[in-house]
Amino acid sequence: MNVWIAIAVTAVGCYAVKLIGLLVPEGVLERPLVQRLAALLPVALLAALTAQQTFADGRALVLDARAAGVAAAAVALLLRAPFLLVVAAAVAVTAGVRAITG
Amino acid sequence: MAEQTVFAGIHDQGGVEPERAVVRDALAVGVAVGLSGFAFGVTSAGSGLSLPQTCALSLLVFTGASQFALVGALAAGGNPFTAAAGAFFLGVRNAFYGLRLSQLLALPRAVRPFAAQWVIDETTVVALAQPSRRAARIGFTVTGLSLYLLWNLTTLLGALGAEAIGDTEAWGLDAAGPAVFLALLAPMLKTSRERAVAGGAVLLGLGLLPVLPAGVPVLAAAAAAPLVLWAEGRRRSGDRQTGDCPGGPQRRLDGPEYGPQNDSKGGPVNDAQRDQHGPQGEAR
Repeated sequence: MNVWIAIAVTAVGCYAVKLIGLLVPEGVLERPLVQRLAALLPVALLAALTAQQTFADGRALVLDARAAGVAAAAVALLLRAPFLLVVAAAVAVTAGVRAITG
Repeated sequence: MAEQTVFAGIHDQGGVEPERAVVRDALAVGVAVGLSGFAFGVTSAGSGLSLPQTCALSLLVFTGASQFALVGALAAGGNPFTAAAGAFFLGVRNAFYGLRLSQLLALPRAVRPFAAQWVIDETTVVALAQPSRRAARIGFTVTGLSLYLLWNLTTLLGALGAEAIGDTEAWGLDAAGPAVFLALLAPMLKTSRERAVAGGAVLLGLGLLPVLPAGVPVLAAAAAAPLVLWAEGRRRSGDRQTGDCPGGPQRRLDGPEYGPQNDSKGGPVNDAQRDQHGPQGEAR
């Protein structure tokens, strides 16, 4: 039930912000500070999410096969690999490290 | 998003040819990104969501980063509202895309509620790259339609696949989520300001993890954005008043944000993490 609540809240919220952008009159969202914050907010959230999903195990911080996988994704990004290859590299390296280390 | 540069040279011919080029470019983006719905379907199923729940997310939310964030937060045991809040804040950028698209596409008011669901990174990139309103409308529609159909189809297949293979962790599929986030983040890290925000958010997100309930540290990490802007503003006004700002000489090399940002974060970050901050900043 909790999952459905989360899905419903997210769906309504995400649709609302998409629609607001199309409906609000020009100028309201065009203040420089608002624009700058809007550009930086995803940076902060994505960075925190990347770090947490790489190093978090519940509420503890751990270093496991995922770190190797995400490092491989970072290398793939530096080599300008396409999106799917970046994700595939992370998955393959994580699986490989797990298979080796048991 | 490298697409914008790819498109740049294609539309100079005029006539029917550019319209075909728009459709081709839009389909290329729609198909390439639509395929990554596999990664979402697998991740969502691996996080413990049911097949209908996974598909409902792709059908109703339809903005990738928010979907990944939500299933990640739920898997970590976050309560539904903190989990949804993180996903929502990631979706806020779409409002700014909508603002630019509404000027560009000039859609009739009655159409806007239907077009809204397609206001995402990829449709915006394609529409903005077009030379005319007509081409922008075609680009938006073709990208939106192909991406929506494929994203939902691949979500379904990914979720079915994850259920079939059982233990997704043995296949390393729990690394798909963070890899997707990293791939979305990488093109945003253009200047030292974005890097400072990302570095601060990593420290806040990891540092607060043991002490705050699940899902909350990510929201707290969002504070890195206003903190960096505030520190920049303070530094700028300091520069105007005097020239004796500490650390002046090495500023241009290190990215000016690191110093002031450290101070401003103060309370919630413990000493050990603060020590890590320096080297990490230089590495970037």
